[in-house]
Amino acid sequence: MVAVGLTVLTGLIIFALLGKDPILGFQVFFVYPLRSLYGLSELLLKATPLALIGMGLAVGFRAGIWNIGAEGQFLFGAVFATGVALYLPSITGVSLLVMVFAGILGGMAWALIPAWLRARFHTNEILVSLMLVYVAQLFVSWLVFGPWRDPRGFNFPQTEMFDAAWLLPTLLSGSRLNLAFALTLIVLVIGHILLAKSYYGFSIRVAGESPTAARYAGLSERRNIYAGLLIGGACAGLAGMAEVAGPMGQLTDKASVGYGFAAIIVAFVGRLQPLGIGLAALVMALFFLGGEQAQQYLNLPGSISRVFQGLLLFYLLAADVLVQFRLVRTPPQTKGAT
Amino acid sequence: MTTELLGAILFAMIVAATPLMLVALGELVTEKAGMLNLGAEGLMAVGAVSAFIATHTTGSVTVGVLAGITAGVLLSCIFALVTIPLMANQVATGLAIAIFGVGLAAFIGKPFESSVIASTPAWNVPGLSEIPVLGKALFSHQPIVYLAWLATGIVIWVLARTRTGLVLKAVGESPAVGHAIGYPVNRIRALAVLFGGGMAGLGGAYLSVFYTPMWTEDMVAGRGWIALALVVFATWRPWRVVLGAHLFGGVLILQLFVQSSGLDLQVPAQLLSAMPYLATIVVLVLIAGNPKTIRIHSPASLGKPFRPDAH
Repeated sequence: MVAVGLTVLTGLIIFALLGKDPILGFQVFFVYPLRSLYGLSELLLKATPLALIGMGLAVGFRAGIWNIGAEGQFLFGAVFATGVALYLPSITGVSLLVMVFAGILGGMAWALIPAWLRARFHTNEILVSLMLVYVAQLFVSWLVFGPWRDPRGFNFPQTEMFDAAWLLPTLLSGSRLNLAFALTLIVLVIGHILLAKSYYGFSIRVAGESPTAARYAGLSERRNIYAGLLIGGACAGLAGMAEVAGPMGQLTDKASVGYGFAAIIVAFVGRLQPLGIGLAALVMALFFLGGEQAQQYLNLPGSISRVFQGLLLFYLLAADVLVQFRLVRTPPQTKGAT
Repeated sequence: MTTELLGAILFAMIVAATPLMLVALGELVTEKAGMLNLGAEGLMAVGAVSAFIATHTTGSVTVGVLAGITAGVLLSCIFALVTIPLMANQVATGLAIAIFGVGLAAFIGKPFESSVIASTPAWNVPGLSEIPVLGKALFSHQPIVYLAWLATGIVIWVLARTRTGLVLKAVGESPAVGHAIGYPVNRIRALAVLFGGGMAGLGGAYLSVFYTPMWTEDMVAGRGWIALALVVFATWRPWRVVLGAHLFGGVLILQLFVQSSGLDLQVPAQLLSAMPYLATIVVLVLIAGNPKTIRIHSPASLGKPFRPDAH
């Protein structure tokens, strides 16, 4: 909370420094997106992938597994989902189920690489999962510029639009909010049960906080690595599927706007707790929307939202020390006294 | 003809390796002091954008380079502040630096995206650049390349031969002992972080002012992360960082040469572009195949905060 407040305050200072009216900036960034029902539905739409990926990452982070490549897993979920949408016959009802599984599978497949390398060769999963983000981006670019390019797409790097049977149904008429939002809520509840109530949740906490203790307790390190990465991959893949089968309706070379990285911040700001992640996703989604509004009304680059997101994480990390330790006023020490 | 081509490849390899070498050496010094700053990508990005803007506005490359270094130092100040006195998790803070730095660079660089600056001419080392093939490849670079080599030499010498290097390494291996002897552990660590930030900023400046004299949002393109991988690859030994940087420079250049050579290899361009990233993974696997080497050479207190009053 303090961190959010400080971020908003810094935001006002930034606006002032840029010569924009800070009050107007505040309104554009944090109030305009929420003025209408449609705005609110857009907020929830943007928060959906953030919460979904953040939840998956939180499981890994708790286990001491640093999956930084959610962006790539997100893209692979999108690629697998696009694959089934383009090549399989559409059957109402069944199609969506197949697609959900394809998305999850895609994300897991891409997360399997760092998991296997870490379990088998002890490679650093941070660097491997991150390198795979670049590879995934290039792979998507190859698909949409090459074999999957829409022949009637005027040479734009994008696939054909999906058939209606392959699109997630919207929840609110007139908005783009879709079934993925409901799925995300379910995932957050499952996440809560998994982390707070299950033996598995306890075992990953032990593994994350004290690997030595986990080894003595006979917990499998290998299982911990696979679970930590694959759960993150599954959630990211699901989010990727929901993006192409939801608001986009096709795969393009701009399939992700950095949800995978923003979700890392969401997981931390949410303190790796399902409820916190839900709230953090809303705040971060507001930053995304605010960035779009700032582009439109204040003529500022949209990347300002990433600046705010990064600031939020700094303040949170810095504020942690005040949560964990208490400030104590000590009398000034006199020289020579011990 | 083949020797000429080899010379050209060697030349390009050195050019591509220089930023990696600078950033990785900076990170090496940081890690030797026991601090793990994963934010190199962000530090490079702000270094690159600041250097570009400064060069563009003042017209002076020197001012640009200094601006790049300053930007890297300033951003790493935040890292030092959050992780040392406030003792936040270094992995999380480093990631925050990476995300924030790239975002900030994109933000402040937006108005300059289509601007151009003059490319800096090469400076031929008198005499030496006359040597056939090798002279052109080694002694006909932009001045910054020689400067990078000078910096590299100094870092290696300081780490291996001086008291400063010894203290730095002691603080990284056992901060408690360093503290007991009377060294200001956290101040040394902070300075190491700032040094790493400055080197990353310089590496970024190299990219935007010398390598490709322009600014685009995604120009760092994972080089910061590759530099981090290089430190692991080198198992924290500076000479191996230099070697590794040039191997990677080679991979970066080779794929460019193949792409521009017009050879019809029936391979998509994207696969070639993915080579450096795939190579990083392969190298990490090869190195990690022997976990003992990593355990012996990595600084013992890497990533662990130190509270002087708790000892």
